[in-house]
Parts: sequence; structure tokens; C-alpha cells
Amino acid sequence: MTIEILGISVLWLFLFGYVIVASIDFGAGFFNASTIVTNKHHIVNSVIQRYLSPVWEITNVFLVFFFVGMIGFFPKTAYYFGTVLLIPISISIILLALRGSYYAFSTYGSKGHKGYTLMYGVTGVLIPASLTTALIVSQGGYIKELPSGKIELDYLTLFTSPFSWSIVLLSLVSVLFISASFLAYYSAVAEDKEALKLFKKYTWIWSFPTIITAFGIIIEMKWHNIAHYEGLLSLWWLFALSLVCFIISLLLLKRGRYGWSFVFVVLQFALAFYAYGVSRYPYLLYPYLTIYDGFTNETMAKALVIVFILGLLLLIPSLYLVFKLFIMNKPYIQNKKG
Amino acid sequence: MDSVEFSRYLTMLTLSVHVIFATVGVGVPLFIMLAHWLGLKNNDQHYLLMAKRWARGYVISVAVGVVTGTAIALQLALLWPRFMEFAGQLVALPLFMETFAFFFEAIFLGIYLYTWDRFKNPKHHFYLLIPVLLGGAMSALFITSVNAFMNTPQGFSLLNGELINIQPILAMFNPAMPTKVAHVLSSAYMTAAFLLASIAAFHLIRGNRHEYHRKALALTMKVGFLFCIATALIGDLSGKFLAEYQPEKLAAAEWHFETEGEAPILLFGVLTDNNEVKYAIKIPYALSFLVHSNLSGEVTGLNDIPRDEHPPYIIHYFFDIMVSIGIGLTLLSMIYLIGVNRNWSFIKLKLFRFFLVASGPLAMLAIQAGWWFTEMGRQPWIMRGFMTTAEGATDSDYVWLMFIVFAFVYFILMVGTAVVLTRMFKRNPMEKELEKLNGNGSDIG
Ligand code: HDD
Ligand code: HEM
Ligand code: HEM
Repeated sequence: MTIEILGISVLWLFLFGYVIVASIDFGAGFFNASTIVTNKHHIVNSVIQRYLSPVWEITNVFLVFFFVGMIGFFPKTAYYFGTVLLIPISISIILLALRGSYYAFSTYGSKGHKGYTLMYGVTGVLIPASLTTALIVSQGGYIKELPSGKIELDYLTLFTSPFSWSIVLLSLVSVLFISASFLAYYSAVAEDKEALKLFKKYTWIWSFPTIITAFGIIIEMKWHNIAHYEGLLSLWWLFALSLVCFIISLLLLKRGRYGWSFVFVVLQFALAFYAYGVSRYPYLLYPYLTIYDGFTNETMAKALVIVFILGLLLLIPSLYLVFKLFIMNKPYIQNKKG
Repeated sequence: MDSVEFSRYLTMLTLSVHVIFATVGVGVPLFIMLAHWLGLKNNDQHYLLMAKRWARGYVISVAVGVVTGTAIALQLALLWPRFMEFAGQLVALPLFMETFAFFFEAIFLGIYLYTWDRFKNPKHHFYLLIPVLLGGAMSALFITSVNAFMNTPQGFSLLNGELINIQPILAMFNPAMPTKVAHVLSSAYMTAAFLLASIAAFHLIRGNRHEYHRKALALTMKVGFLFCIATALIGDLSGKFLAEYQPEKLAAAEWHFETEGEAPILLFGVLTDNNEVKYAIKIPYALSFLVHSNLSGEVTGLNDIPRDEHPPYIIHYFFDIMVSIGIGLTLLSMIYLIGVNRNWSFIKLKLFRFFLVASGPLAMLAIQAGWWFTEMGRQPWIMRGFMTTAEGATDSDYVWLMFIVFAFVYFILMVGTAVVLTRMFKRNPMEKELEKLNGNGSDIG
């Protein structure tokens, strides 16, 4: 394995981590808000609040890790993505800022304001959509080169391309699917029957749209970027495995094995995510940038890898502590004193 | 106005907002820790409640610190893509480590907040503060070393535009780093002290004579005084550093044009079109003393520095504001401490307490002035000697729009923070919490 591949694999892992934890968080916010509208709020509220309170900062850190690491390992991405994505990413920053701060305000400050809850729900849908722009642009075909050598985002193509909209759609339905599956499990641990029933239903509702849009995108890729399409096809067996995991997760859901069902959802996404990542090798940004020409110098890369390992040695025990104290602590989840 | 200008303004805006919360984030854990420790040691409910209440306010500030920090980290790539492409190869290491340090802090802060009364041995709960304090300090250390690198880049060579021979550790430990990190840390602790003192003094002025507020004031003023001294001493070392490595910054800060010995320090005043200084307060020999520790040492003047490398002369005022506030707060805390000791009655006067209330905002103003001074004093360079600000900036046409939008968002954030903090403490006054504590022993989470 070359150090370039090691670098991108680590970053991909962070991104995947972010996709999962953030999906749970965004989706929870969305369900929390939408149940206000449908008058089922009392059912889900306590489960969601108990889960969200201690972990929201951790979610954000995954994102920061990803892009700080990206600039560290592949400094050229700062130039291309930084120049092109000023507006879309600024929108994401603003939404993240509003979401994070108002969440903190409502949790630690004054409780129970409906406005906060609604904003939390709306941003939970808009943030995945705006962050996805970075991924869409990296597929190539959305960057204009001006005669002066300047590069610019081609907004018209971006907004009128069905391909980009399908990716946005996929990000939304997967957020809701992942989140519902996790919250079903969480309610089961909390022994909250009503919430469990609701989240089980949501998991079913969002499961098939996820798979359908995912396949839709693979097919659309043929017209959008034929080289990448062929890359995807050559890894068909990974996608097939991902589909198997999907089916197993639904079977387990039906049998009431919620924990395992969620594990298979994560596996399903992990397989598809890595298959997608491998299929675009070696491109970071079609057709401008590969992991080889965008790579930092060897010394810095080694230093980063070392720091990364040391950092994990520090963090994994601490994360384990959080996990033990809050997330998987039955008395805590069930809202009794632990 | 072009994208370079607006990129500068937007960076300045975001960082100025972030540094408010970052300073609180670095500084306040020390005081939570002191109060918690005093509470455990003396078995004093007042201090324990203090730790609890400070921690509750602190977490709001951290939350806003996280979002503004995320904003600035992303904006560095959005607004300065060329610079990040170049510098990313050199300073990615401390940037990466900052994230780890912060992660560490956030995890333990979360645990600390939610585990009052969950440990059998209360000392174990107290120990959770150690990683919080260290994490904040390490965040500041790493990020400041990046900023120090921009002022005195080292740890690489440039061959035909290619970076070679890169040494990340050397880049991190550059000449500007020791004084900068030390000054940033001590000024953060100092500012946190005065901010918390302001709150206590505010309650005293409003006629609340509770022990609790007196204890808080006494604690924060004592520690504040110590960090005043530390900050001034390290500030002096920073001046010596500037004279050696960035003489143009010091010269512009002092409106010092001719290279000469026996140089005075000029406070405030105005600069005429032909570079004469008027109406300034002159402290003879002080600049020579600051730089060389003797009264006659020679200090490089602006006339010996190429015209296009002069920083904006306005940084003179920022420097003066910072130094004046530093001296003022040292005196204020000294008088207070002597006064308490000698039972002087005038430290209980409304006027004196008014100064105490003002001390926190003033310290924060000094932090802002200090950053504007040092960052503008680096102009026209973004990376001194290697890349100018204009070369590093984005050429996107919409930076002005983003500036307006972000100004609006930060405004909402600041107002929201202020409203939430006041409401949170007003609804749940200290007296009520104390009563509950004395009533049933524990349990207020
Ligand atoms: C409470 C805040 C505060 C106070 C009272 C002072 N400073 Fe300061 N100063 C800062 C907060 C600060 C800062 C915000 O932390 C800066 C900005 C950049 C940095 O490294 O620290 C800074 C920078 C800074 C620099 C520039 C360092 C550089 O560019 O590398 C110098 C020379 C001084 N200070 C000197 C002083 C002196 C002689 C003071 C005398 C009392 C003083 N400061 C008080
Ligand atoms: C002296 C100046 C700075 C100090 C002392 C500082 C310190 C801190 C602290 C203590 C936090 C945690 C939030 C809190 O506790 O309030 C924080 C957050 C953050 N800061 Fe700063 N910071 C400074 C400047 C910067 C700069 C210039 C950047 C950009 C590179 C930056 C990037 C961040 C990021 C990304 C976060 C969010 C942490 C995360 O989610 O991982 N900070 N900073
Ligand atoms: C990671 C470290 C940092 C980086 C990469 C960074 C980057 C920059 C850049 C690119 C600019 C605009 C160009 C310039 O004016 O020189 C700037 C300006 C500025 N920065 Fe820093 N900065 C860092 C740390 C800080 C910190 C910690 C603060 C204080 C909170 C700060 C405060 C400011 C201010 C107030 C300006 C506006 C000055 C002006 O535009 O003239 N910076 N910074």
C-alpha cells in the first residue's frame, strides 16, 4: 500500500464516520421536528433528547477531522475545492452554525422552544444537501475554466443536472433511513414501545427509496462519467454484498433484532461507500486532480500518520468511556439515575 | 474593493468572533477547576456551586466556539486557497493536532457536565477537568503555532518554486512560537479571570451582598492579578522578539521612523501627512528599554524598511489599547487586593465596583486589539517573506456577499448567546440553587 492510498483510506474512514453519526443526528432532528407537525412529538422526544445531548459535539469533530486531514494530506484540494465551493460550503457553514448553537441554546439554556426544534429539523435536511455539493462537484463536469485561467463553479449545469439532484436525493433518504434504524434500536434499549413502533415504521418507509436512488445513480453515472461507471461495474460484487446486507438488515428488523439490524445497515453503507471510493481511484476531482499529483510531501504525510495513530490511542479509550456512560448505559437511556 | 479586501475583512470578522469564545474556552476551565478544588477541599457549597454554574455558562460558549471554529477552519480554504495549498504542506501537523486536542477537551467536558453526583468518590469527578483544561491549552498552543509560522516561516527550503527539505517539527517550533503561545495563554487566563470578576461585581453593584459573590470576586481577582503580571512580562518578551524578527511590525506599532538609540515609547497621538507625531504621550527611552533592556539600544525605524513592506500605521492604536488596558487592569487588581487586605472602604464604592464590572469587557477588548495589531502588522505578507496576502486570496467574485451574510449570522449568534446566558442565570438564581442544595444535600445536575 502506498502512503497516498493509506492517506485517502484514513480520510475516507473519517468521512464514513461522519456520514453515519451525522445521519443519525440530522435524521433525529428531522423526526423530532416532523412529529411536532404530526402530533406524535411526545412519543419520540425523550428518546431523541437523551441520545443527542451528550454527543452532538463529537459529530462535528468528525467533519473537522475530515477536511483538516484532507488539506493536510492533499493540499491541492484546498485550491480547487476552496476556489470553486465558496458559496455552497459557506451555506453549509451557516447552517451548521445555526444548528449547533441553537441546539446548545435549547438544551443547556431555555428548554422547550418549538422554534428551535423546527429549525433543528429543517437544517438537518438542508445540511446534507449542501454538503453533498462537494461530492457532486468532485464527479467532474461542473467546473468552468475561464480564459483568464480562473476556475469557477458552473451553477447552471449544477442545478439543471438530474445527476446532481439524484445524489442530493440519495443523501436525504439515506440520512432518514440510517437515523430511523438507529433510533429504533435505541428505543428498544430504552424499552419505549411506542417510540420503537414509530421508528420501525420509519425504517421501513425509508429503506426502499434508499436502494432505488442508489441504483438510479449508478445507472445515471453511465451518461455522466463513463470511466467512473465502468469502475463501478467492475466492483459489482461489492455492491451486491451491500444489497445482501440491506436485505439481512430488514429481515432482522422484522424479527425484532434491532441492534443487529442496525449493524447490517452500517455494513451495507460501508460496503457501498468503500466500493464507490475505490471505483473512483485515483481521482479526487475528475479530471483535474488525482491522489498522486495532489499529495503532500512524504515527511508531512508520515508525521500526520504518526499523529493520527497517537491521537487514536488517546481518543478510543475516551470514546469508549462516553459510550459506556451514555449511549449504551441502560439506566441512563431509560432516564433513571445511573 | 476586490476579493482580496473582502477576504481579509471576512477573515478578520470570523476570527474576531471566534477569539471571543476561544478565549473563554481556553481560560475559564482553570477557574472551574480552582472553584471545584476549593469546594472539595474546604467542603464549601459556595465554591462547588460556583464551579457548577461557571461550567454551565462555559458550555454555551464552547458550543459557539465550536461553530465559529468550524467556520474559520473551512473559510481558510475558501478564502485563501493558494495559501492553504502552499502552507498545508508545512503546517498541516499542528492543525491536525488541534483537532485532536479539541476532541479530547469536548469529550471530557461532556462527561463532566453530565456526571455530577454519579461518582462514588467526588474527586474522580474533579479529575475530569484536567483533560478539559489541557485540551483547551493544547488547542491554543497548536493553533497559535500555525499563526506564529505565518510570521516567521521556517523548516523548509524553496528551490525553483518547489518546496524541499520539509521539517514539520521545525516549522511548528518557529521563532515566533514561544512568546506567542505563552502570551496567548496567559492573556486568555487573565481575560477569563476578569470576565468572571465582572459578573460577581455586577451582582454586588446591584445590591446583592451574598458571600458567594464576594468569594467569586476575591478568587478571580487574585488569579487575575497573577496573570496580569505574567501577561505583561511575556508581552515584554514578545516586544524583544519583534525587534529581532519582525522589526517592521514593532516600528509601525511605535511610529518609529528613524533607526536610532534612546528611543521613546509613544502612546496614542496622531500622525501627520509627513509622518510627524503629534499629541502623543512620550515615555522617554522606553522603547529602547523594551527591546534591549537598556536605555540607549538602537531600534530599527521604518525608514530602513522598503516602503511597500510597511504595515498599516493604524496598528499603533491597537498596540496602545492593548498595553494601556494591560497596565490599567494590573493596577485595578492590585488596588483591589491591597484594599481587601487593609480593609480600605473605597473598594466597596459604586465607582470602584463599576471599574470591576468593566474589567472583563476591557480585557476582551485588549485581546481583540492584540490580534488586530499582530495580524495587520504582518501586512502585506500572509506568510512573511514568501507569499503576500493578495497572492494567497481567492479570486471568486462573491466574497462581498459572503461577508454580508456572515456578518448577519454572527450577529444572530452573539445576540442569541447573550440572551440565552442571561436568561439561563436569571431563571435559576444562585440563591435558589443554594437553598435546594442545603435542603436535600445534593442533586441539581
Ligand atoms: C488581555 C489581553 C492582553 C494584554 C493585557 C496584553 N496583551 Fe499583548 N497580545 C495579546 C493580548 C494582550 C494577544 C491577543 O494575545 C496577542 C495577539 C497575538 C499574540 O500573540 O498575542 C498579543 C500580542 C502582543 C505582541 C505581538 C506579538 C507578536 O506579534 O508576535 C506584543 C509585542 C505584545 N502583545 C506586547 C504586550 C505588552 C508589552 C503588554 C503590556 C502590558 C501586553 N501585550 C498586554
Ligand atoms: C488564539 C486563537 C485561537 C484559540 C485560542 C482557539 C482555541 C479554540 C478552542 C478553545 C476551541 C474549542 C471551543 C471552545 O472551547 O470555545 C476552538 C474551536 C475551534 N477552533 Fe479555535 N482557536 C483559535 C483560533 C483558531 C483558528 C485561527 C482556527 C482556524 C484554523 C481555529 C479553528 C478551530 C476549530 C475548527 C474549532 C472547532 C473544533 C472542532 O469542532 O473540532 N481556531 N478553538
Ligand atoms: C491558524 C492560524 C491562522 C491563520 C492561518 C490565519 C490566517 C489569516 C489570514 C489569511 C488573514 C488575512 C490576511 C492578513 O490580513 O494578513 C488573517 C487576518 C487576520 N487574522 Fe489571522 N490567522 C490565524 C490565526 C489567527 C488568530 C488565532 C487570530 C485571532 C483570533 C487571528 C486574527 C486575525 C485578524 C484580526 C485578521 C485581520 C487582519 C487584517 O486583515 O489586516 N488570526 N489571518
